[in-house]
Amino acid sequence: MGDNLSDHVLLRMEHIHKRFPGVYALNDVSLELRAGEVHALLGENGAGKSTLIKVLGGIYSADEGEIYVDGKKVQINGVKDAQKNGVAIIHQELVLVPHMTVAENIFLGREFGSGILVDHKKMTEDAQALLDAHEMNVNANALIKDLTIAQQQMVEIVKAISYNSKILVMDEPTSSISDKEVAFLFKTMRGLTAKGVGIIYISHKMSELEEICDRVTIMRDGQYVGTEVVKETTKDDLIAMMVGRELTNYYTRDYLEPGEVILKCDHISDGKMVKDASFKVHKGEIVGFAGLVGAGRSEAMKCIFGLTQGYQGEVEIKGRKVHISNPVEAMKNGIALVPEDRKQEGLYKIQSVRYNSTIEILDQFMHGVSVDDKKEIEITQKYIDMMATKTPTQEQLIGNLSGGNQQKVMISRWLATHPDILILDEPTRGVDVGAKSEIYAIMNELVKQGMSIIMISSELPEIINMSDRVYIMAEGVVAGCLNHEEVTQEAIMQLAAN
Amino acid sequence: MAKETTKKVGSAGSPNKVMSFLKENMGIIAALLVLSIFLAVFPATSGSFLTSKNIFNVLRQISTNMLLACGMTMVIILGGIDLSVGSIIALSGVVAAGCVSRYNLPIAVALIVGVLIGLVIGVFNGFVISRTTIPPFIVTLATMNIARGLAKVYTGGSPVRVVTKEWQFIGAGYVGFVPVPVIIMVIVLIITGLIMNKTKMGRHIYAVGGNAQAAVFSGIKVSKVKFFVHAFSGVMAGLAGIILASRMYSGQPTAGEGAEMDAIAAVVVGGTSMSGGSGKIGGTIIGALIIGILNNGLNLLNVNSFWQDVVKGIVILLAVFIDYIKNSKANS
Repeated sequence: MGDNLSDHVLLRMEHIHKRFPGVYALNDVSLELRAGEVHALLGENGAGKSTLIKVLGGIYSADEGEIYVDGKKVQINGVKDAQKNGVAIIHQELVLVPHMTVAENIFLGREFGSGILVDHKKMTEDAQALLDAHEMNVNANALIKDLTIAQQQMVEIVKAISYNSKILVMDEPTSSISDKEVAFLFKTMRGLTAKGVGIIYISHKMSELEEICDRVTIMRDGQYVGTEVVKETTKDDLIAMMVGRELTNYYTRDYLEPGEVILKCDHISDGKMVKDASFKVHKGEIVGFAGLVGAGRSEAMKCIFGLTQGYQGEVEIKGRKVHISNPVEAMKNGIALVPEDRKQEGLYKIQSVRYNSTIEILDQFMHGVSVDDKKEIEITQKYIDMMATKTPTQEQLIGNLSGGNQQKVMISRWLATHPDILILDEPTRGVDVGAKSEIYAIMNELVKQGMSIIMISSELPEIINMSDRVYIMAEGVVAGCLNHEEVTQEAIMQLAAN
Repeated sequence: MAKETTKKVGSAGSPNKVMSFLKENMGIIAALLVLSIFLAVFPATSGSFLTSKNIFNVLRQISTNMLLACGMTMVIILGGIDLSVGSIIALSGVVAAGCVSRYNLPIAVALIVGVLIGLVIGVFNGFVISRTTIPPFIVTLATMNIARGLAKVYTGGSPVRVVTKEWQFIGAGYVGFVPVPVIIMVIVLIITGLIMNKTKMGRHIYAVGGNAQAAVFSGIKVSKVKFFVHAFSGVMAGLAGIILASRMYSGQPTAGEGAEMDAIAAVVVGGTSMSGGSGKIGGTIIGALIIGILNNGLNLLNVNSFWQDVVKGIVILLAVFIDYIKNSKANS
């Protein structure tokens, strides 16, 4: 890969500058993409990756700088210009029309036919031919809404190819698909690069970089930091370049002797995703939950948190049998759950950091119609300081913060309920490396103070490096438990794939 | 995108809140001032606009719309809509009037019955909306027709006149020099402001409207919140109904036609987002004032009533457009 890099330069972006009122979003950024390579674009949230991509895609126009495609200087002043120059962008949030067929989506805006009539037959045939050519197991007549996220991605890719795009940008394509689907995606990407397509790949997952990318360009604070050949660099080097300092302790963890059993679950099932989950959590330990997407980990936690009506099985908290039927009861029993999907299940996006921090603990400062504003501000500030959340003010809308800081507020919200058991579902998804490391340090601190943490995560390094014990779930069943001394990626995958 | 820095916040006292409110609503506050100043200095209206009689007149005219808008603000923050309020005005008005003129019940009882009718329809809306996924638009469209129909059935299509003199007190009476509806309006505004800003229910309304799924995860009883808000909106409409029936000496089956649209206009002009989750009662007050003063000004200027609708529409569009420009700047 790295060593047989083609000499053919598909795209060169040189000295790109882009200023927004008050923000220097891109300050002299350059990027080179060669034919047949997968080129990672790496940087923390707010580093300017998406702005750069928007400049390339014609959504923004650069204030200064040049763009060359196939060695020729081009002007990209709109989405059409970008398409004309063979640039296709697959956004993180897919932009397909749910109630139209695959074929209709692929040829949206350039339907075949004469006059106002559309030649559906030919369109479907052509779409199917394209899909088959890339070995994609998708029916051109299927409606988009009936496809999985991974299949929709495939449709986006085929759509891009159908425009004869040579430059493909993929923005975090693996953030919501399973490992198996990732493997297929990578295979498809390799198929494309073999045909001379260049792919710009944005991802937070360092492990993917090694697997799929040839070169990597690192950005920080809107500036170009460097371009490296992936094989010739290490993960630590890249992280250091991203955050601008060396993270000596990426994972912070002092393993202490855990205390007594605080939560004991026997044969939990919800009749759907969770079939038989039994596990124990001790005071002062981090219990990891690993498994494939759809293994029933989040669903099991939803039972314990009272979000699933009528689950089966026994839950014992501090030796007392309980049946929790709603989140309020869960909180009374000392359980807090920071959900997996921050945007959907957690954030009140158009409300302030303060509102978002205190929504669970209104009782502490609101009585009837009297509000103790001072106390609310104090509580909010306490957690901002504790989590080192970066926000200009408490009144800032949470939607304007970076993913990492949003997550810190989410954790604050639940810490404020003073839980004994904190359930973190994918605590570092969409969180940049700097904030990730800080979240790990806070988790370590919390368990030292005697809290118990259940951490569901699909990132194995995080599971391995942070957990006292790891439960592995497969198809709704707890398939095994590993102590932190014996836990390895291989051991987890073996149990998870069962 | 913006660089974030940690900054300590000492105390956010009320001056701070007032300032941020002024800043956020600059557009409509400017519009309100421009409109008022224009009417105060324009020769044709300068003599009549700024008299205390006219000012109280305007306030009395907007009082019913303001009541509806109080409920509507909550409903819209919840991400819903309540189309039934205009018809509730008619039904509560005719039945309350009927209580007095047909059954000789005490006026106090009649008024309570009128408000209760609003409550019952609101509770029905709330029940269906909180227990099913039928869109509030459809549910309240249905109750809008039902309530209007019942008002016509009850009256046979003609007004129910009330000759008792005391009947007029609540809609046309005065305490000192202040019209009673204005006093009711102020009390309701205070209650609404307290509910929205000072109670847990208020916070929960914003939460459910901003992100219903997150609210479920937060342990907020979403159905309870929806139920409360629709019931509140119904009560507001019932109250508006008896005020209007009192002012017109009669319960009229056609009263409040299109009133829901005026209320929605006040809320939207006041900066509340139709997609839910954000909005302030202060904005709604300004919105209702703009619409009320505009109506008054157009009357003082002797503008043909057909043209008044056109002007009103343009003003609503302008106000919302200012908001749009402001938001799109903030987001870029």
